[in-house]
Amino acid sequence: MRQTTIIAAKELRDGLRNRWVLAITLLLAVFALTLAFLGAAPTGVVKVSPLGVTIVSLSSLTVFLLPLIALLLSYDAIVGEIDRGTMGLLLAYPVARWQVVLGKFLGHCAILAIATVVGYGVAGLMLGLNGGGDAETWRAFAMLVATAVLLGAVFIALGYLVSATVRDCGTAGGIAIGIWLFFVLIYDMALLGLLVATQGQGIDGSVLNWLLLANPTDAFRLFNLAGTPGVASLSGLSGLAAQVQLRPAAMAGALMLWVLVPLAGTVAVFSRRQV
Amino acid sequence: MSPTIELSAVGKRFGSHWAAQQVDLVLHQGSCVGLVGHNGAGKSTLIKIMLGLLRPDTGQVRVLGVDPASGHAAVRATLGYLPENVAFQSSMTGIETLNFYARLKRQDLRNNAELLERVGLADASRNRVGTFSKGMRQRLGLAQALLGRPRALLLDEPTTGLDPALRQSFYEILRDLRRDGAAILLSSHALAELEGEVDRVVVMNHGRKMADGNIHSLRSYSGIWPRLRVRTSRMLRMVANGSNPWSDWQPLPGGMLELTCEEADIPHLLRTLPADARDVEIVRPSLDEVYAAFLRGEGTAA
Repeated sequence: MRQTTIIAAKELRDGLRNRWVLAITLLLAVFALTLAFLGAAPTGVVKVSPLGVTIVSLSSLTVFLLPLIALLLSYDAIVGEIDRGTMGLLLAYPVARWQVVLGKFLGHCAILAIATVVGYGVAGLMLGLNGGGDAETWRAFAMLVATAVLLGAVFIALGYLVSATVRDCGTAGGIAIGIWLFFVLIYDMALLGLLVATQGQGIDGSVLNWLLLANPTDAFRLFNLAGTPGVASLSGLSGLAAQVQLRPAAMAGALMLWVLVPLAGTVAVFSRRQV
Repeated sequence: MSPTIELSAVGKRFGSHWAAQQVDLVLHQGSCVGLVGHNGAGKSTLIKIMLGLLRPDTGQVRVLGVDPASGHAAVRATLGYLPENVAFQSSMTGIETLNFYARLKRQDLRNNAELLERVGLADASRNRVGTFSKGMRQRLGLAQALLGRPRALLLDEPTTGLDPALRQSFYEILRDLRRDGAAILLSSHALAELEGEVDRVVVMNHGRKMADGNIHSLRSYSGIWPRLRVRTSRMLRMVANGSNPWSDWQPLPGGMLELTCEEADIPHLLRTLPADARDVEIVRPSLDEVYAAFLRGEGTAA
């Protein structure tokens, strides 16, 4: 574990030093504050919780932004180091390849976690000072932040899998963009198209459940938008929440699997790779 | 005593290209071996195989008794490696970089400032590696390779970018390590640079071992014979008349005569020179000529 921690600490320090953490934190804070105060503006009239509205807005923001940031952090983590020649030297030290992957993963997750907690936390704090919401909504906000980091971790792991598989950084970058487009934009459009085309025939609830879990961004969205009744009613997903027979634990479990499987794949591919 | 590093019939193929073929190499404790060859000769491939970064397609490798590809941590901790064109994270300072690698080897960080001083980087230790010149990066690379007084040092083009003074201090460091029993393998383009610094030289060409021996024996095996030069008016007249026993001597511009001969014959030839012989000179092949002969395939593998 010591070697893993040393590598994780180095990744985190690199992230802090080359302004990655600062840039991501500022980006998330600016978006979160904008959504919290502009997006929640009508709540004074309709008497709904501004924090609840902010959770809905931040969920959509997270689905677009966190996977992109995570892939940017991770796509060249392995192939980039091999290209630059730093990986060969690192692997000549008493460090196993799984320790390199895990150390980098923990370091990059820490970067993402700091940025998300601080960036979204600032918005939550400001709303809290302005009389944000009840205990249940605060719990939902905390879960949003936690699952946002988990969603980021999924895409870091996917980025590593690409990075361990391809031969150059350019290809890794291209595939990373493809992954983002697929999971964030194309998958849901295709699913919607399928449902419209088939009029829902042959796609019962359980198939839909699996199809939603097969996309980590959908699992995240459902967890946060349909998981809390107060938030579901604001997100327009209360109907869906009733249809989808997935427990929050199943959705969180799906996200965990989405982290573990690509990460294990990365270790397997990287262990066989000649540097 | 079992060798520190042993390669038996090692071959490595990339696609249809053999980067190394049927290479045998043994490196014992306290020895220093130079691996010489042009770019693409297979030097870096062999070093990476010894480190376990590449797996050989044929043959067997043993480093301190184990297969390096198995990633044995205790063995890795006793290896020092300097890659060709060494690179580091540009945002870290010199001392941070060295501390990072020292932690991975579980070394006391308090020795690192002294190590940087030893390679002439004490003044730049707090500067970011991104601002380092090539020579400074090379010295930092050398410092990390020396962490923990390794039992085997694998140095790929270690003196690239070092000025003559640093090159000298680099070889002094290597001599210290050898006295402590470290086995050292260093690759180089230039055979001449290794003279006096290595026990043995292995010449590589197109992935094959062309020669393996000390520099004296490489001279013999290179196929280039020494030449004896002498200035003597008596011999010159006889050679011009085609008289024996000097008919094998070739006249040179400036009144000199030259004879290509075997090393063993030189003492006898010197004794039989006429009394008026002067400016006697023995011209042995330079190491660059020896190296070029092996690359042309004229030498015989020792």
